[in-house]
Amino acid sequence: MKANKLFIAPAIACLAASLAAGTVQAKEVVVRIGHAGPLSGPAAAFGKDGENGARLAIEDANAKKLQIGGDTVKFELVSEDDQADPRTATTVAQRLTDAGVKGVVGHVTSGASVPAARIYENAGIPMITPSSTSPKLTQQGYKMTFRVIANDLQQGNALGKYAVEQLKATRIAVIDDRTAYGQGLADAFANAVKAAGGQVVGREFTNDKATDFMAILTKVRAANPDVVFYGGMDAQSGPLTRQMKQLGLTAKFLTGDGGCTGEMIKMAGDALSATTYCTQAGIPLDKMPGGAAFRTEFKQRYGSDIHVYAPYSYDATMALIEAMKVANSVEPAKYQPALKALNAQGVTGPLAFDQSGDIKGGAITVYNFSGGRWAPLQTLQ
Amino acid sequence: METLLQQTLNGLVAGSIYALVALGYTMVYGILGLINFAHGEIVMVGALVALQTILFLSSAVPGLPPLVLLLAGVVVAVPACMALGYLIERIGYRRLRNAPRLAPLITAIGVSFLLQTLAMIIWGREFHVFPQLIDTAPMQPVAGVVVSPMQIFTIVVAFTLMGGLMLLVNKSRLGRAMRATAENHRVAGLMGINANGVIAATFIIGSGLAALAGVLFASNYAIAHYSMGFTPGLKAFTAAVLGGIGNLPGAMVGGLVLGLVESFGAGYIEHLSFGFLNSSYQDIFAFMILGAVLIFRPSGLLGERVADRA
Repeated sequence: MKANKLFIAPAIACLAASLAAGTVQAKEVVVRIGHAGPLSGPAAAFGKDGENGARLAIEDANAKKLQIGGDTVKFELVSEDDQADPRTATTVAQRLTDAGVKGVVGHVTSGASVPAARIYENAGIPMITPSSTSPKLTQQGYKMTFRVIANDLQQGNALGKYAVEQLKATRIAVIDDRTAYGQGLADAFANAVKAAGGQVVGREFTNDKATDFMAILTKVRAANPDVVFYGGMDAQSGPLTRQMKQLGLTAKFLTGDGGCTGEMIKMAGDALSATTYCTQAGIPLDKMPGGAAFRTEFKQRYGSDIHVYAPYSYDATMALIEAMKVANSVEPAKYQPALKALNAQGVTGPLAFDQSGDIKGGAITVYNFSGGRWAPLQTLQ
Repeated sequence: METLLQQTLNGLVAGSIYALVALGYTMVYGILGLINFAHGEIVMVGALVALQTILFLSSAVPGLPPLVLLLAGVVVAVPACMALGYLIERIGYRRLRNAPRLAPLITAIGVSFLLQTLAMIIWGREFHVFPQLIDTAPMQPVAGVVVSPMQIFTIVVAFTLMGGLMLLVNKSRLGRAMRATAENHRVAGLMGINANGVIAATFIIGSGLAALAGVLFASNYAIAHYSMGFTPGLKAFTAAVLGGIGNLPGAMVGGLVLGLVESFGAGYIEHLSFGFLNSSYQDIFAFMILGAVLIFRPSGLLGERVADRA
């Protein structure tokens, strides 16, 4: 018995020593990744959704015990509330940079992303927005700005092609509300219509506070269009479709994501029909390559359903981590080129960026009004 | 041709609502020389109170006919706005009656902000759907013009109210007191007229008209929310100036002209300017007309200070 004890003790010591040597060889480093979005205020649900997606991606990555640059990397999420407010967004961006994050997922809203992008650019930290669709964001010419969702221009383009090629429209009237969003969308739409061989028979304008569209619609009606497109928000497209009906204007109605909402259904009432179409950037969860699995995993982790953009925020986080893996470095300056040249498969589809940082072949889904809700019809790449 | 007629109809509908609101501005200006900037908010309160009543009634007593619901909305909204108009005058403006003119003007802007913020707290920021209790579906086209019962209703109600107001001001005892107070409220007081009572009555009548205009506006466009009063208020003020502020028939003519100018502006500005301008200049077009009128007739279309101003 005694002899046995004596033999075991050195054996344990030996084992412990070899284990210790192992950890010294690949030490664990903590890499912080920032997430910024509204966690309070009316858009809070979108921000929380984005945060959940990013956290899930980080937990998945940590479970794999990734080796980057010879170290085992442990990712840590630093989440900040930008209240969807441009000024708060810049403060938050500064705070994230000061906290030494190696990359940022966000911001969620375009109004916050655009001013924040400059701060990340100056600090040399890549940001990937999961949900800001304003074309302005990637038009600033920044090297550190990326986006995993189709922008409004891509949306207008896809919809213009859809109107001519799928809806077989030849005479198209275009109305917008003269906001950066509405005008950008409508211009992209009109250009795509012309490129596809359709004819723009009317180009009318209103504003984002208007309620009376009878005069411009009367003018549009005289041009006898078979499709009317509106670039703007639901508060206008609701009354606008009602007034189309009132004037006996039976053309199909198309609008972008600003009118692709529950509010639009409420405001437009019985003026909606199967010939009312709208688009959303991205694809419905069921149609995503990894959609079903992601839904289950998300539900298991958080006990709630995905709001909208969680898969995009998951992919944005994964794109950062993937680029770090490829470059074998967590330093932004080193992995930024790898991010630019990334070619990976995400939950929402292929992840690859074009020259300006926009996703290549970003998907747009066309919905029409059917059975009291927006039903997905077709996904355009 | 049918487009021209359709645009005329569009203009008349919008214009008759502007005219109803413009009357409130012009009556108060005629008597006090005060531009009551809070008047547009009364339009909003009228629409939202009517909406609240209609929603409450239709859930409390299901199966009421639409016209009864609308009438109930009006019956609650009009007295509510009349009371509000009285309160604004009593609390906000009466003490400033002899103050420099700038003081009540700034108070009016303050009251406007106050009402908007209160409405935002009570009814929230979101857009509400106002039930279209009178049909807005187009009827059989007449000469290519589609008209809905709601549009006819709007024009008829607006013209009836304007006619009623003219009768009240020109024929009744109260109307005579109003005209006398408008001439000079101190002298009218010496002649035994209760000037404060007459001024309060002016606010009450104007607010009642604004409440009705609010209900008509909301029913036409199926929309109601806390800042809906701002734009019609501004347009109606423009209409009042266009017709000659302080002049009742002027406000009516101004409202209708403004509605028509806007409608034709949106419809024809592109042709008139050979494609140089487009419908985003709709509002500018209306203000250009206002500018032109004020250059050639500085006191408005029908003149600012005429004998029967109220």
